Amino acid sequence: MMNFFSRKRRSAENAKERLQLVLIHDRTNLTPAELEALKDDLIATISRHVSIDPEAVQIGVEADGRTQRLIADIPLKNITRRARMRT
Amino acid sequence: MTAKVVTITSGKGGVGKTTAVANLAVALAADGAKVVCIDGDIGLRNLDVVMGLENRIVYDIVDIIEGRCRLRQAMIRDKRLPELYLIPAAQTRDKTAVSPSDMIRVCKELRQEVDWVLIDSPAGIERGFKNSIAAADSVLVITNPEVSAVRDADRVIGILEAEGKGSPQLILNRLNPAMVKKHDMLSAEDVLDLLAIKLIGVVPEDSGVIVGTNRGNPVALDPKSRAGQAFRNIARRMKGEEVPFLDLEAGDGLWSKLFGRKS
Ligand SMILES: Nc1ncnc2c1ncn2[C@@H]1O[C@H](COP(=O)(O)OP(=O)(O)O)[C@@H](O)[C@H]1O
Ligand SMILES: [Mg+2]
Repeated sequence: MMNFFSRKRRSAENAKERLQLVLIHDRTNLTPAELEALKDDLIATISRHVSIDPEAVQIGVEADGRTQRLIADIPLKNITRRARMRT
Repeated sequence: MTAKVVTITSGKGGVGKTTAVANLAVALAADGAKVVCIDGDIGLRNLDVVMGLENRIVYDIVDIIEGRCRLRQAMIRDKRLPELYLIPAAQTRDKTAVSPSDMIRVCKELRQEVDWVLIDSPAGIERGFKNSIAAADSVLVITNPEVSAVRDADRVIGILEAEGKGSPQLILNRLNPAMVKKHDMLSAEDVLDLLAIKLIGVVPEDSGVIVGTNRGNPVALDPKSRAGQAFRNIARRMKGEEVPFLDLEAGDGLWSKLFGRKS
């Protein structure tokens, strides 16, 4: 039983989480720094077409079985609503 | 006969490849199949001692390849099971003495003679590994519930897929149920989540494995051994039998993983 005063993380969970991250890097050859650079490029490209808030953009790699997916969440700024709010 | 050629590999050393080959060979042969195992670890021969056959070696695999003996002459007959043979590795040579096409040639000849050819791969992902998988119809990747072993297994699985060997099956070896229960060891479910390949068996940590190895008697020969039972079950699954998994505190999720997400 877990004691209230010694809430140490179980080491198996630790191992699993660390492995999840390391395996994604091993499988894709994508370092966190490269992922940041990719995010900046993505923001620049998308901004040429639609208005977005760079701060709100989230990007990451997720494992789906043995396939890795690049997941990007890019909220678009809602121009019309903004315009209406100002009037 | 047309043998199935199965290679056991792992990436990391010391996870139980040689132990698994010896035990699966013994289990298949005890069940009446004709089995040859090949020690693919040139220069670091070990399958002979694990099987207790080290005193019978005259020729080795490099002697076959270089034409110093015929295939039959290098097949050492097991002392317990009449239909079990070992082709030992050369001890004084290195991996470059064997090429992938040599392995394909030797296995092609063996395919006519036996039901199973089991190949014990060396650690690593270089020449010796490439030699060991060259002739394989299927590959079993073995790992331990431990970070470096799982990481290396993932690398090997990636290479096997890239080489067109298809998705290998997984043996999880040295699982300690008490540690899993305390959440201080990755469970079978965790490892399957991470590696995302099909499980063929879980072998518990069992001091009997070391005792058996000391004597050159693989535990699969011992009807009372837990690890031996696990290896016998894997052998049956290799033959295509449906065998329920041992209850090894794998975590409740394992059952849904095995039966709910069958590919
Ligand atoms: N299930 C097990 N329980 C206890 N010890 C084991 C088990 N499997 C393997 N071992 C031990 O682990 C060590 C390494 O095994 P081995 O088969 O030589 O690994 P590899 O061929 O992958 O290098 C040996 O001492 C062996 O007896
Ligand atoms: Mg070995």
